[in-house]
Amino acid sequence: MTPDDIKLIVAVCRQRAGLNIDPAKTYLIESRLGPLARRESYGSVSELIAGLRARREEPLIWALVEAMTASETAFFRDRTPFNLFRDEILPTLTRMRGPEPIRIWSAGCSTGQEAYSLAMIAEAGVGLEPGARVEIYGSDLSERYLEKAQAGIYNQFEVQRGLPIRMLVDYFEKVEDSWRLSPRIRGRVRWRRLNLAGDLSTVGRFDVIFCRNVLSAMDESVRPKVLEGLAGALPADGFLVLGQGESPLGLTDAYRPISGRDGLYARNPAFRVAA
Amino acid sequence: MKTCLLVDDSRVIRKVARRILEDLGFEVAEASDGLEALAWCRAAMPDVILLDWNMPVMNGLDFLRQLRTEPGGGAPKVVFCTVESEPARIREALAAGACEYIMKPFDGDIIQAKFAEADISARETVAI
Repeated sequence: MTPDDIKLIVAVCRQRAGLNIDPAKTYLIESRLGPLARRESYGSVSELIAGLRARREEPLIWALVEAMTASETAFFRDRTPFNLFRDEILPTLTRMRGPEPIRIWSAGCSTGQEAYSLAMIAEAGVGLEPGARVEIYGSDLSERYLEKAQAGIYNQFEVQRGLPIRMLVDYFEKVEDSWRLSPRIRGRVRWRRLNLAGDLSTVGRFDVIFCRNVLSAMDESVRPKVLEGLAGALPADGFLVLGQGESPLGLTDAYRPISGRDGLYARNPAFRVAA
Repeated sequence: MKTCLLVDDSRVIRKVARRILEDLGFEVAEASDGLEALAWCRAAMPDVILLDWNMPVMNGLDFLRQLRTEPGGGAPKVVFCTVESEPARIREALAAGACEYIMKPFDGDIIQAKFAEADISARETVAI
């Protein structure tokens, strides 16, 4: 790859999806785009970029941006936010909403582990009112990650990172050397492709949005817009859950932190979504 | 310092697991089958047991069932670490009193994650 190739990759990712790609990490760019180059029958990443320059095809541009998104995730990653969801957020919401469905959104869900973790908590239903309805939605920019999420099939390493063994035997079935989530859990989650850096005004309403380890991969300039787009999807009593080290403070006044609850933010009632 | 009894008939596995457990801060004792492990437990009950399933003389499941009937044998947290990965076998292990379950092959991250699931820490908990 030439410096111009890298410049083009960085610019396309920022422009299309707000991604912040470090141009110094050439090995990372090579390793993420290598498989795409092979799939598209190019001899190398350099040839892929040359093809992109020559033909400027939208599907290829998006395939490149998707390939550059990070996939790092795990069941019950960091544990604390999921305990908070199980012990406080979900019981409170089900009391408040009664028979109305509670809608949870895993925004930037990658290969689906976060959405399924939430689905397993909802399925266990500890402390929930009888008849409570919990709907879970997962979205990601990458079609390939969404395909894997939808299949709900994980290898032995993936199911041993953060997933308690009791949940593995209760909610998964073994298929050859892999583990597949049971139809009940898979049936609880709806998936869709969505670019968080795009227009979020029509995504619908969600009571809780998990958007963890997504903002930190985005360019600083797009973070306020993304956070405000998410705020527009929250009702006045909705919550946003961010990843470790992520915060809306100083970027937008759309949220206020919940004291003593790391990473949990309530929508600021004074904030109005721009029309 | 908390002790972890490492029970596996493979010397190679014991060597790898010992390194990981010592890095986590445990004092490590080793046994190569269930009967040897039982002798250890009768002499000095460990805090944690990392337990293989298929071993000569006495297998891991028989050891666990026997351990739970011994005086003080209900205390140690037992984590299986085995190539057995059929859900029915895992349920059997949990019913016999295992706290967590690792399917081989494993690495340091998996042991650490599984010990966290079972609330196992090398540090002594201080009563307040």
